[in-house]
Amino acid sequence: MSTLMPTPGQTVGPFFHYGLPYEGGAELVPAGHPDAIRLHGTVLDGAGDPVPDSLIEIWQADPEGRIVQAPGSLHRDGWTFTGWGRAATDAAGRYSFTTVLPGAAEGDAPFFAVTVFARGLLDRLFSRAYVPEHPALHDDALLTSLPEDRRGTLIASSDASGLVFDIRLQGEGETVFLTFPDNGRLQA
Amino acid sequence: MLIVTQASELSTQAEVSDEIAAASKAYEAGDRGDAQPLLDYPPYRSSVLRHPTKDLHHTDPETIERWAPCFGPQDVSPLEADLTIQHSGEPIGERITVAGRVVDGDGRPVAHQLVEIWQANAGGRYIHKRDQHPAPLDPNFTGAGRLITAADGSYSFQTIKPGPYPWKNHRNAWRPAHIHFSLFGTDFTQRLVTQMYFPGDPLFALDPIYQSITDADARARLVATYDHDLTTPEWSTGYRWDIVLTGSHRTWLEDEA
Ligand SMILES: [Fe+2]
Repeated sequence: MSTLMPTPGQTVGPFFHYGLPYEGGAELVPAGHPDAIRLHGTVLDGAGDPVPDSLIEIWQADPEGRIVQAPGSLHRDGWTFTGWGRAATDAAGRYSFTTVLPGAAEGDAPFFAVTVFARGLLDRLFSRAYVPEHPALHDDALLTSLPEDRRGTLIASSDASGLVFDIRLQGEGETVFLTFPDNGRLQA
Repeated sequence: MLIVTQASELSTQAEVSDEIAAASKAYEAGDRGDAQPLLDYPPYRSSVLRHPTKDLHHTDPETIERWAPCFGPQDVSPLEADLTIQHSGEPIGERITVAGRVVDGDGRPVAHQLVEIWQANAGGRYIHKRDQHPAPLDPNFTGAGRLITAADGSYSFQTIKPGPYPWKNHRNAWRPAHIHFSLFGTDFTQRLVTQMYFPGDPLFALDPIYQSITDADARARLVATYDHDLTTPEWSTGYRWDIVLTGSHRTWLEDEA
């Protein structure tokens, strides 16, 4: 149990583009990597309009399910997989990462941990993008705790280049966003 | 007046202040609110279509979420902590040191972790193509910096005190001066993006972003304190701002804690 009160969050605002995104941020592996896949999608608001000023971060295990603790995310050397990436959405609200499929411990469903920031969003949101068609999806603790009609919002779909994960901040098909114990937030 | 076309769609500061007061009253009455900003906060107009309407779903972190990405000396040059030396000349404005410690909810230092900041210049203008505020750009100031915290969680930036700036939330809306901060903890779940403010800013009461944190004590945690010990004679003033991330879910070994 925490003893200190946390510093509250605030919106990332409209002007983060020269503070946070950086060259190579979205390439966890080079596009030519033999196991490279694309994880991409669109961020949408409550009216179904794209959100062009949002920022997505992903954090994942390597394909064997190992947690990576290697530095080098900000100046990628082309060889070191760090497990972390950052991508701003474009004018059409789209983001795109070049990465590899995450693994997980035996029997667990692998996923990308996702953080969403945007102008208009007063605090960051956490979510998960699960790898589709994995046998362990059926007994995943989080997925099975969700109403059936909302589970799908956390499962990526496949396309020719990899995986698609759209993020709906509000409204029909609203993505499930997560809160963890002890984070200073009592409610949405 | 030239402002008339805008006025038909934009609220006045008085109207927004009334909404802020109503939200604050609802909080006092125990209706809602906590130590974090409300995501659904209509006085901040851009939040209306961009907040989830369903409650955040409670879950326990899985292994990957109990770890955070790691950054090292190859990621950040020590020079990037000084925002005043990125160009050939001296930036305009009040030179300041902003320093403090990053700790977790149990007071453990967040060591060797990435801190990123970005801010407006002394005139309240960002180097960003979307910033249309007709205040001057400063050719000697970009306004972005980063560093890796020391073993005791401490950090220190050299920069320029940013100016307040107007925005289009409502008519004649002004943001209190602030520095944007991005922080990582030891756990993915501790990720924090926030804004640091300066003490005594007259715009606090009028600002829907600051006021979206309905708890006054929680809001106050975003305000730095003036610290004369951080000043440099004949050179700069100083502000201290300590940052507390949420609790860690990691099982700490004795020698780590
Ligand atoms: Fe700002």
